[in-house]
Amino acid sequence: MLVSPTALYALLLLAIPLAAVVLISFWTQTGVRDFDTTFTLANYKEALTDPLYRQLMLRSLMVSGLVTLITVLLAFPIAYFVSFGVKPEHKSLWIFLITIPFWTSYLIRVFLWKVILGYNGVLNSGLKVVGLLEEPLSFILYNVNAVILTLAHAYAPFAILPIFVALEKIDRSLLEASRDLGESRTMTFLRVTLPLAAPGVVAAVLIVFIPTIGDYVTPRLVGGPGGLMIANMIQTQFLRLNNAPLGATLAVIAMLIVAVIAVVFLILGNRAAGGKKGGRT
Amino acid sequence: MKTLKVYAIFYLIFLYAPIFLLPLFAFNSSTIIAFPLESFTTEWFTQLLTLSEMHGALLNSLKIAVISALLATTLGIFAAMAVSRYSFPGQKGIMGFIMLPLVLPEIIVAVSLLIVILRIGLDTGAWSVIAGHTLICTPFAIAILQSAFAALDPALEEAAYDLGETPVSTFRLVTLPLVMPGIISALLISFTISMDEFIIAFFLTGADPTLPVYLFSMLRFPKLLPAVMALGTILVVLSILLITIAEYFRRRGAKRTGNDTGGFL
Repeated sequence: MLVSPTALYALLLLAIPLAAVVLISFWTQTGVRDFDTTFTLANYKEALTDPLYRQLMLRSLMVSGLVTLITVLLAFPIAYFVSFGVKPEHKSLWIFLITIPFWTSYLIRVFLWKVILGYNGVLNSGLKVVGLLEEPLSFILYNVNAVILTLAHAYAPFAILPIFVALEKIDRSLLEASRDLGESRTMTFLRVTLPLAAPGVVAAVLIVFIPTIGDYVTPRLVGGPGGLMIANMIQTQFLRLNNAPLGATLAVIAMLIVAVIAVVFLILGNRAAGGKKGGRT
Repeated sequence: MKTLKVYAIFYLIFLYAPIFLLPLFAFNSSTIIAFPLESFTTEWFTQLLTLSEMHGALLNSLKIAVISALLATTLGIFAAMAVSRYSFPGQKGIMGFIMLPLVLPEIIVAVSLLIVILRIGLDTGAWSVIAGHTLICTPFAIAILQSAFAALDPALEEAAYDLGETPVSTFRLVTLPLVMPGIISALLISFTISMDEFIIAFFLTGADPTLPVYLFSMLRFPKLLPAVMALGTILVVLSILLITIAEYFRRRGAKRTGNDTGGFL
């Protein structure tokens, strides 16, 4: 079995470690590397009742949800344009141009937003030089808005690709048929293109929503104290407070919430696509 | 379509705007990253030469990226070959699991590996970063290699068998040259991902930082920010260069096997 080395690697370095996270979330830390391995639900009780953790979890969900909504809404017209409005020989160039920023250092891109949005930053100083601004705007850095803006920028290519792939799969003769049968441009888009693109939109939503909820760098660099998210708390528990079980518990809860939302969304998306899975090939 | 095109161009400008600021301020003599620009200088680039800690971090990152890219591409070849040739029970589930790191937040990968390493009683270091990077690079390698293998005409390999070649020599003489562009592309992409990755390295690197981890520590010192811009310029230019070469090979491979899906994913 050829797949076995790769599957074995994923088993050893992903499945077992993930299982270890779940296991350790029921333990108690007693020393730097020592644990009391008696089964306890104390961590879950603490994670679910402490208002601080609850607030971070809710904020992560809200930020992640808004980022997903913004990226997908902004990305759809781009994917549509590249698929329907660009000559076939130029399509891969467009897609390549869109994906390039994604391959450059994530840390640098986030740091750049910090520099842009800062009190004495590029945006404020730039607007001042042009004469559009007297006093620097202070509400643009170190808050949730900055986190949302930065994440939406970082995940833009992620959202475009799956929608583009789904649109490319649409049989163009279906659109002609719809027009020939007397549907308007708008109705054709709403009744033919959009349902057939639904699987791509669902993929785009998941591919943005799942990783953003666990983002660490962006809230840390541009979020300020009011913009921190759950990943920052997980890091604090593990590397600062030396409470791995509580950190593991927060990670498990976050993943469970994400999994539930993802499954619900997949079901809804399937329904939106008319109960059929996948576009036309 | 006209309005859409204008929108698309503005969107591209929005995507690239932050990156264009990098060289602007990397060559600007002011120590503060703000307008108006002062005068042209290469001082910040020469300053990079004096940061000896950074050189250690760079070497560490290069070592980790090379090994991770080789491992991830090798694992990718196995999986891509298996998927393109055979279908077996549970294939979808197994492949779905192997591709999971593509969407899994990196912090989850990082803490789960950290737990296991601490539990076994080992110390973190370059080896554990390599283990984590291989895990997250493999799905990308598979995605690229799969299209290279999928379009490979099985008749070519059968012909080689019929002419008396062994499976190993067939792979070396027929399969490998045909998928080589895909392999090079997968290596370059994996290398780039590993060089840029921060979170997993942050948790698992131990005493020797990688370049992104070192860069993160630089951010605390306002005095060093122009140097960060200079280093960032170099890193972004290198990434774009590597990705362009990777894209060239991916397209060549797709052309050779007659299958161009038009993107990495």
